[in-house]
Amino acid sequence: MINTHPYIPNASSVTKEMLRVVGVRGLDDLFVDIPSFPFEIDELLPEPIGESGVKRIVEETLSKNKVYGTKCFAGGGPWFHFIPSAVRHIISRGEFLTSYTPYQAEVSQGILQAFFEFQSLICELYDMEVANASMYDLSTAVAESALLCARVTGRKKIIIPACLPWERKSVIANYTEPQGVLIEEAPYSKENGGVDLERLKEVIDDDVAGVYVENPSFLGMIDNGVKGIVEISHDSGALAVVGCDPLSLGVLKPPGELGADVAVGNGQPLGIAPAMGGNTLGIMACREDPGIVRQMPGRIVGMTKTADGRRRGYVLALSTREQHIRREKATSNICTNQALLAVAATIYLSMMGRTGLASISRKIIANTEYAKDRMRMDELIEPIFQGINFRDFAMTIKGADDVDGKIREKGMVGGRNLSEDFPEMKDGRLFAVTEVHTKKEIDELTSSIHEALGGA
Amino acid sequence: MYRQALFEEPLIFELGKAGRVGILLNDENQVPIEQYEGAISKSMRREKLNLPEVSQVEVTRHFTKLSQMNWGVDLGPYPLGSCTMKYNPRLNEDLATREQVEQMHPRQSVESSQGSLELMFRLERALSSITGMDEFTLQPAAGAQGELTGCLIIRKYHRKRGDHRDEIIIPDSAHGTNPASAAMAGFKVVVVRTSEDGYIDLDMLKCAVSNKTAGLMMTNPNTLGIFENKACEIAEVVHRAGGLMYYDGANLQGIVGRARPGDLGFDIAHINLHKTFSTPHGGGGPGAGPVGVKEGLSGFLPVPMVEQKEGKYEFNWDRPDSIGKIREDYGSFPILVRAYAYLLSMGVEGLKLSSGIAVLNTNYFARKVSGIRGFSVPFGNAIRKHEVVISAADIMRETGVSAYDISKALLDKGLHAPTIYFPLIVKEALMFEFTDAELKENIDLYVEALEDISQRAYTDPSGVKAQPKNTSVGRLDEVRASHPRTMRLSYRMHSH
Repeated sequence: MINTHPYIPNASSVTKEMLRVVGVRGLDDLFVDIPSFPFEIDELLPEPIGESGVKRIVEETLSKNKVYGTKCFAGGGPWFHFIPSAVRHIISRGEFLTSYTPYQAEVSQGILQAFFEFQSLICELYDMEVANASMYDLSTAVAESALLCARVTGRKKIIIPACLPWERKSVIANYTEPQGVLIEEAPYSKENGGVDLERLKEVIDDDVAGVYVENPSFLGMIDNGVKGIVEISHDSGALAVVGCDPLSLGVLKPPGELGADVAVGNGQPLGIAPAMGGNTLGIMACREDPGIVRQMPGRIVGMTKTADGRRRGYVLALSTREQHIRREKATSNICTNQALLAVAATIYLSMMGRTGLASISRKIIANTEYAKDRMRMDELIEPIFQGINFRDFAMTIKGADDVDGKIREKGMVGGRNLSEDFPEMKDGRLFAVTEVHTKKEIDELTSSIHEALGGA
Repeated sequence: MYRQALFEEPLIFELGKAGRVGILLNDENQVPIEQYEGAISKSMRREKLNLPEVSQVEVTRHFTKLSQMNWGVDLGPYPLGSCTMKYNPRLNEDLATREQVEQMHPRQSVESSQGSLELMFRLERALSSITGMDEFTLQPAAGAQGELTGCLIIRKYHRKRGDHRDEIIIPDSAHGTNPASAAMAGFKVVVVRTSEDGYIDLDMLKCAVSNKTAGLMMTNPNTLGIFENKACEIAEVVHRAGGLMYYDGANLQGIVGRARPGDLGFDIAHINLHKTFSTPHGGGGPGAGPVGVKEGLSGFLPVPMVEQKEGKYEFNWDRPDSIGKIREDYGSFPILVRAYAYLLSMGVEGLKLSSGIAVLNTNYFARKVSGIRGFSVPFGNAIRKHEVVISAADIMRETGVSAYDISKALLDKGLHAPTIYFPLIVKEALMFEFTDAELKENIDLYVEALEDISQRAYTDPSGVKAQPKNTSVGRLDEVRASHPRTMRLSYRMHSH
């Protein structure tokens, strides 16, 4: 048995004295009430490894990864957006990194104010009044919104766009099916990829609790019909949930202006690295309707005053919605969220500010439209839908599998294979370009595709 | 004396001046933006966006000041019971922020992601081995999502057998996430009592099980810090009734390396990597809540699973009984990297030492604190594991000083408060968990502090009730924050 470790200070000369106070002879005596089953933890080395050894071992494993970074043009998220250096430095501060959920508000004003600012920035961006301090990711935010709609309206049906990836649909179903909430899909227009308004009118009825729509859509299409969708939803007594990419909102009309009751988003573009899809941030906001606010899931920070009324302060608010108080009657089971990544997004949005965010939105649209124009070649590679794209764009490529391989040979990652999610999009690939891509990089991608297609 | 920083720091919206920017986006070799200015139709174009206009200097100072008004493990003890606030090694931060972690894309080829897959595979094997389970999914984002995953597996397991069982049994000492997760998975919650000696009431459990019982969710050691030594008998009762046993790993710290849920009759288990396996809490997340199952349930785990074939790692999506996805992609990868590095740093012996010292710290503290006037350690004399719950019910009755007041008085001494008013079965509960990382010197400081607070409660209770005074701010008006008329949940609500 080892008797010292850098992370365990009391494994040392003080152990003996402490054991004496407790009245036992050794550490093993503290576990005599556990039934003994002999076992071996054979997938772990028996002894600790020191810091330099651990570093070497993990680095050796990680070195088997090939880093494409911005040479990866796969769409559908996560994405390689620009991250200001200050974001990493600030969220690495131990006072933020090593803190817990701020249950003791008096010693946690810093992170509480940061969460309040996160909520506030999200409200400005999405044109909503209330936001929570984060959800796990976009999929769970949509799923929780669906449950919220069902609770608020007492109805049991949710309409989602057909053009969501399979994974998102599966997450939504895992949250809704046990509650008896049915999911129906609104077909998309074959022409522009948006929700088909006429078809939506056919599916919607008095049982529908909520309608979910994304703008830009999963396939990157800017949907001019969102306002119409919201109106159709409201006409039948359903709530409207609108999902928007936060970086598109420097230019595009926000959910609030479009009439949304609930807004959701994928916060990863806000200063957060893709990390294998493991660094996610779910955004969820709503308008100031007491019936909706009371049904929000997750932590919400409120501004208040000190008891003596002299200073401003921040605390966790409306906690009677939450699991630690309401248990099985809570609005959600969520406890741990994506707090530190929400702080990253707060720093990012603060730094970008009004003009920065508008510039990024415009830059992304310009790069996307440029890439799409450059990429098309009659009959060999064409956009699947007609319209304007934000960052993601779907193309049909003749012999897409071969082209994927050729792109890879050039040290790049091509589009996401759409035929897996949408069998009707055989040879469909979803590409993404962001503000980090230079004209030269986009040209390199398109010429490698053209070369693979045997063109110029 | 302790004195926390106070900056009367305005909101970011109240800083800055028109025209200031935090970041320049100019670059060479750009696609001309002007050419695409007209792309967005006027009906979709945004007109107003009220974001701050602040320089980079202001942003950096603002958040640095905020950080200085925040408590963390790096500053001192953080004994929140059931939260396992142990030390967060910086080595793990370095590794988790390498470009081979952060710059990886989930849609890259498996061949180009072998390092990530290998690390996930090894972590999955290690977790299975540590818990005595057969297979783990690394997908769930947090403990509560792990619970939901587990409950969905229980649901699917029964449904596949044509059995529509709809009850989950949960002890009254359980974390709130247990009943909330069970309810989200469509189950009714049946509560069983804790007996006077701190264990699940076995007789009551026997009455509670029936052919409606889908499973039992159990935290072991329980939230009183007591190891449920009849775990095997409980499992037998539940299994005989046709239910499954779920292990909530929030308190794994109490037995890690010394006992395995898989050997104690559990069929499903989740682990909080941000507790027992040292990944930082980051003010509330991100965490990770991997879920392990016994062989017969493997097929229900979320897809994909990492598998090894002929020395190569790959994702297996082809698992027809799988519940599908619980979040997109593969799990909190940077958190997984940290936990893996931690496990290497510990080894089996290190894990045993970790639980050993964590439990020693708890019992040392329990001994010392039980002699202090007004405090008691309810629910018998059983050895505590990773945490102990102290009751301040006597002080409250005799002086009017509550657990809430005591927690605030601790803050004034630069000692973070324990979890309070939980578990619900203890009156005026103060739930302490020092973890393996706390120094004896600091545990002694807590004992002295509680002695001092007790003494003052009996002589000057109003003085205690006026604390804290050394923290950034004094007590806050919590009613105001949630009252419909005074509620301010965003800058927008505040400034209107």
